[in-house]
Amino acid sequence: MAKLHITTTINGDATEFLCEPEQTLLDVLRDELQLTGSKEGCASGDCGACSVMLDGRLVCACLVLGAEAAGRTVETIEGVARGEELHLVQRKFLEHHALQCGVCTPGFIVAAKALLERDTDPSETEVRYWLAGNLCRCTGYDKIVRAVLDAAAEMRGEEAGA
Amino acid sequence: MPPSEQGSGAGIAARGAPGAETDVGAAIAHDSAERHVRGSAAYVDDIREPAGTLHVAPGYAEATCGRLRSVDLDAVRRAPGVVAVLLASDIPGANECSPSLGGDPVLADSEILFHGQVVFAVAAASRRDARRAARLARIDVEEGAPAVDVEAGVHSGRQILPPYEFRCGTPRDAIAASPRIHEGTLRIGGQEHFYLEGQAALAIPEEAGEMYLHSSTQHPSDVQRLVARMLDVPLARVVCECRRMGGGFGGKESQAAQWACLAALAAHVTGRPAKVCLDRDDDMIMTGKRHDFRVAYRFGTDDEGRLTGVDVDFDARCGCSADLSLGVVDRTMFHADNAYYYPHARIHTRRVRTDTVSNTAFRGFGGPQGMLIAERMMDEIAIRLRLDPLTVRKRNLYGPGRDITPYGMRVRDNIAPRLIRTLERDCDYARRRRDIARYNAKAAHLRKGISLTPVKFGIAFTLKHLNQTGALVHLLTDGSIQVNHGGTEMGQGLHTKVAQVVSGEFGVEAARVRITATQTDKVPNTGPTAASSGTDLNAMAALRAARTIRSRLVALAARLYQVDRADITFGGGQVNTGRRSVPLAELARLAFTERVSLSSTGFYATPKITWDRDTATGRPFLYFAYGAACTEVTVDTMTGEMRVDRVDLLHDVGRSLNPAIDIGQIEGGFVQGMGWLTTEELVFDARGRLMTHAPSTYKIPACSDVPADFRVALWESRGNREPTVHRSKAVGEPPLMLALSVFSAITHAIATLAPGRVPPLDAPATPEAILRAVEALRD
Repeated sequence: MAKLHITTTINGDATEFLCEPEQTLLDVLRDELQLTGSKEGCASGDCGACSVMLDGRLVCACLVLGAEAAGRTVETIEGVARGEELHLVQRKFLEHHALQCGVCTPGFIVAAKALLERDTDPSETEVRYWLAGNLCRCTGYDKIVRAVLDAAAEMRGEEAGA
Repeated sequence: MPPSEQGSGAGIAARGAPGAETDVGAAIAHDSAERHVRGSAAYVDDIREPAGTLHVAPGYAEATCGRLRSVDLDAVRRAPGVVAVLLASDIPGANECSPSLGGDPVLADSEILFHGQVVFAVAAASRRDARRAARLARIDVEEGAPAVDVEAGVHSGRQILPPYEFRCGTPRDAIAASPRIHEGTLRIGGQEHFYLEGQAALAIPEEAGEMYLHSSTQHPSDVQRLVARMLDVPLARVVCECRRMGGGFGGKESQAAQWACLAALAAHVTGRPAKVCLDRDDDMIMTGKRHDFRVAYRFGTDDEGRLTGVDVDFDARCGCSADLSLGVVDRTMFHADNAYYYPHARIHTRRVRTDTVSNTAFRGFGGPQGMLIAERMMDEIAIRLRLDPLTVRKRNLYGPGRDITPYGMRVRDNIAPRLIRTLERDCDYARRRRDIARYNAKAAHLRKGISLTPVKFGIAFTLKHLNQTGALVHLLTDGSIQVNHGGTEMGQGLHTKVAQVVSGEFGVEAARVRITATQTDKVPNTGPTAASSGTDLNAMAALRAARTIRSRLVALAARLYQVDRADITFGGGQVNTGRRSVPLAELARLAFTERVSLSSTGFYATPKITWDRDTATGRPFLYFAYGAACTEVTVDTMTGEMRVDRVDLLHDVGRSLNPAIDIGQIEGGFVQGMGWLTTEELVFDARGRLMTHAPSTYKIPACSDVPADFRVALWESRGNREPTVHRSKAVGEPPLMLALSVFSAITHAIATLAPGRVPPLDAPATPEAILRAVEALRD
């Protein structure tokens, strides 16, 4: 089968790759580009472990074709930190111990960052429903919610816990 | 002698040198936390593949059970990208991946035992090619009629293992003579592990017939053993490595082995590296779950609601093979008392064989099912006698003169009464119960319930020989430290705790200690990381290895600096000799030039345990971990919907090695238990095919299902009365059973519809189950 030649932007870098027409964006990221931070948890869009941003919109990379990335911008977990410097949301996940096995963590961070870019003052209920598409089997979620609310507070320039 | 040199155990005094700050007991982050938030922590499927790696996908028959007539794989072989197709006949050695008792073929050879059993495997250039090709097989089976559920299994008369029973006193006479006699039945559902990382293994063939495995397994030694037996090579030719798992929960204790075997077989046959990563649906169909049960119970009480005698029959659905069902169902029996004293008891179990996937370990290992019966009895007594269920629970707790379990072990560390009283006060139980009664008196469709339940969980493998492990510690000449131990990291923070303990011995920050990937050629002959014992065992073995090195350094420093050994302490990255301080790195370099070994092994075997299953006597556990939970729920009696409004947890971890990690285990365990008892329902059709094999139909709790009002505290104490590592207690499994309070609170809410009547609520309490119980009370 002829492969497609795709030109796209991933984490700010102009990127080209070859993919099969039915290959998902998740498989392209992981298998062709060695960006393995996005995980396959279910391959059906139910667990959020492969959450990435496509033209600024939060999507499950397992439900998007690699070819659909053509001419668009993709942001993955690998692009969230600026080199050594962690993003605020990443730092808050560390501070609040909001992770255990870590497989869901990249998806949660991408999703939480997307929420806070839309709204720096979400209610706790809004955080819970925004993140309801990301499954975690280890933590019970409470520390994740605290981390995101704390990140929002710091974004607004408030003291932690305010 | 500094305090940390005192005694042979690792008592409280061993917390670093006097005045020295160490990371032991500190809430430091998980050792991989920064890599997790960056997405750079590698799981098996993230490891950069060696050139030429093949991808292996399993194939199975449509049939549920019966004799294999023919397997036509022509279309599979012709499919694009296919390099090899593997059948049982390709296995050079033993076609077996059972943890001990047999009956689990790697590939089916003459008979299909359950729907989804692997018959063949395809090795192809890409995962998509392999998965596509695996669907092209034509497998002809002479289908039998499957026994799917526990009733059908009982009816067919097949048991995996002989029945087993604990008996104390004369339970039937005691019940018959009781003023009040109760009886009932309860069905308890199973549970899918739903580790976010599915089963995975990468096999790399090496020289001289060696095989190197990266496996997502809780039991690398058993993967090594089973792969070696399958390939018919000595164990010395096989190495298994596990850097980390993306969750295990028991599902990768015995049942990670089959996938490692398949990868190794493909690597053996083709001579190329080969990788198996199960698709989520395949994983859910092909691997075992928590055992589901049918339970019949009969018990007597006095007029105050104190138990006089208990008689319980547990029928466990084990599936098609023994797997770990012997130990799992034994633990159901060990915990059928939860925290309560049964003066007379008969606890009987049958391990029922069905034509379904073989059920396996799952956090709690049968214990939660046993404890649910104890809590059901407490609720039933309270409802029938119109007492506060907490009063009934308190009256039945173990206590002075009432401290022998049905299996004959004395409960010496019983803190349940004090712990319950503390939580009762802190969560304002009495006032809230009154408020709820007022609310329910006026409510139309919504009913509230509240329940406060205890947990008592025995710590040790009940299979005695598993209670051992080793560690290997290296102090390097720059003062950094490498540690390897027999335990595996699945997110629970084991490596972090072990690093903390070792750092405390050398008086350095935990960040100076690097825990390397678990490897069977570094620390061999280990048991699984399971039974909550990972830290108890491995941190103690690592501590012993570290102390061996430290005592050599102390001897060297005493000689070099002409000081008394007792004056030498470790802290702040320095070795303090009384006269001067030397950086640890400098002393390590001196030791190297003085030809003193800076490496040591350590070994630990749990003391005091003496359980003998054949005679059902002895002491199975070193100690008990305790906890209590109070949960408040609202139930919609029109729709069956349920919401958890508030949770208060108080849990005993002895002296915490890391409060952040411990609280994480408590919260996560509770929510996982809540899922088991509420939303997670495994549905098999009449032909024994799992219908709920993806997160679209199998509902684990999501962020929006967890109560916003979620209060968690650690029980403050001077620590474990047994000499565990720094007097800490195991925390992996016990908190799961804090969720029994959710089920009990739902029972309470429904029971308000018809005071005095026990709602026939089965687990899981899905909306459908709640509605059935509500309807039954309205009849």
